[in-house]
Amino acid sequence: MKIVVCIKQVPDTEAEVKWDLTKGTLNREGMDSITNPFDEFALEEALLTKEKYDGEIIAITMGPDKAVDVLRNALALGVDAVHHIKDPALIGSDTLATSYALAKAIEKIGGVDVVFCGKQATDGNTGSVAPELASKLGFSQLTYVGKVDEIDAANKKIKVQRSIEGGLEVVEAKLPAVVSVLKGINEPRLPNLMGIRKAAKVAIPELDCDAIGAAKDKVGATGAHGKVVELTTPPPRTAGEMLKGEVDEIVSMLSDKLLDLKVIK
Amino acid sequence: MADEYKDVWVYIEHKDGATTPMSYELLGAGKMLADALGSQVCAFAIAENTDEIAKEAGAYGAAKVYAVDGSTFKTFRPDAFAKAGAALAGKFKPDIILFRSTTQGQDLSAAMAAQLDVGLGADAINLEIDAGTKAMKLTRAAFGGNFLAAYMNTKSKPQMATVRPKVFPMPAKDASKSAEVVKEAFSVAEDDIRTKVLQFMQSAVAVNLVEADVIVSGGRGTGSDEGFGVLKALADTLGGALGASRAAVDSGWIPYEHQVGQTGRTVKPKIYIACGISGAIQHLAGMRTSDCIVAINKDADAPIFKIASFGIVGDYKQVVPKLIEEFKKKLTK
Repeated sequence: MKIVVCIKQVPDTEAEVKWDLTKGTLNREGMDSITNPFDEFALEEALLTKEKYDGEIIAITMGPDKAVDVLRNALALGVDAVHHIKDPALIGSDTLATSYALAKAIEKIGGVDVVFCGKQATDGNTGSVAPELASKLGFSQLTYVGKVDEIDAANKKIKVQRSIEGGLEVVEAKLPAVVSVLKGINEPRLPNLMGIRKAAKVAIPELDCDAIGAAKDKVGATGAHGKVVELTTPPPRTAGEMLKGEVDEIVSMLSDKLLDLKVIK
Repeated sequence: MADEYKDVWVYIEHKDGATTPMSYELLGAGKMLADALGSQVCAFAIAENTDEIAKEAGAYGAAKVYAVDGSTFKTFRPDAFAKAGAALAGKFKPDIILFRSTTQGQDLSAAMAAQLDVGLGADAINLEIDAGTKAMKLTRAAFGGNFLAAYMNTKSKPQMATVRPKVFPMPAKDASKSAEVVKEAFSVAEDDIRTKVLQFMQSAVAVNLVEADVIVSGGRGTGSDEGFGVLKALADTLGGALGASRAAVDSGWIPYEHQVGQTGRTVKPKIYIACGISGAIQHLAGMRTSDCIVAINKDADAPIFKIASFGIVGDYKQVVPKLIEEFKKKLTK
């Protein structure tokens, strides 16, 4: 089975975010970065899939020089190969341009059965890339997956459980498929020292737009249809009223205040 | 290009044909945009039989309903629905298409955007028409709610967006109003549809977190899974849903489906009651736009108090049971 896992480097969720508004891009200089937390579950699911069914895992990322860190982490965990999709033309890609470039890379890899992605990235938070990728590739679109029941590569079938509003949907789909996974689908392992040492020595192959066959006018700021035109900080939410006194008094006050909102019936 | 595309479309989602009033909520926001553009708000629906949906959409203010009927569209499947939706949009050329940012809305909008080769704005918390360009300008939270980003697509049409549920008020319903229905024939062979829904297992959780008006949420300070029993009793009393912080989920006291925050759900209830939640930025990102926030925490310095509408320094184990009693007393009156 040939497995691709898409991983993204994102600013550390604790880090201060800097934005270059004229370019409409993130200023990643001097910012701590991590593997997108949701992608750790995608990576683990790829590893578990390989352990269960055998196969080959290729991890791909699209991003600046620094993004090699997430690929080294993936190598340390045991993926078989990595590709760093990197080209100045890719800067400023929106979800449409990103999914196009990733689709091109996956087509270039060829013969892929399953693509694992995280549900969303913690920087953009759109959750749009995985489903757009599935649609562009013509693969089955399996989002919000909380459990992979079975993958039958020989018969080109996959069965998963999707966590949607109100319950779980059990879906059977044709392979190839793009599977975007939820937090909690597994418990991501940590790399061991030997893995880290080994990964540090690997030369990371780079793929530019020409190498994946992506048209430069369909990626980056040129290919992006949407643009961030303004970035503001939300109005600060100020502290309200502290309720003080004996518990009985407080409880009486609070219940009155909440009932006054006419929400609770 | 601009003149060819007109009207604001709203996708009406359904589950096996069944809708709830919330399915129609964006007809209100759609009307607001259409008024600003001097155009009409229209619904679009894809189902086994769209008659009932079309009737309801008319009552909620849609001027027209574009509909595709067919037995293959009984249950939502992204590839089949996206093909039908893209065909509709390709033929009738709406200026704007809105979807709720639910699992179905996100799945369909992304697949349609990819097929139509247009941009997609995700999870808007505000929508307006830019006076100069007449383009839709949407505001969304980025980087865990630390920033608000305004997004516009001036390059292609239709302009597509998903909108966070409950941000816009429900449109008024007037059963005497009806919409003009435009039925469009479109079929997809079952063999060409890549997915098949085998089964749906209803969750034991009665109230949907994203759609709840009241959420009672517990954090690290809840201390145990029994603690969540007390919080659930309060949620039940108030007709609300049960939420949790990441710390509580990671401690194994409550399943992930309850998690609110950056790696969980983003919610916007009318009342959010945070018990034993200190207020890490990752949690605040998921609930800071709630209308009224109540914080109950033993630590007077907990950051949650900085954004709480009402704060109580104390142990939830003492406060919550009394609060349940008090509400029961007052609600029966």
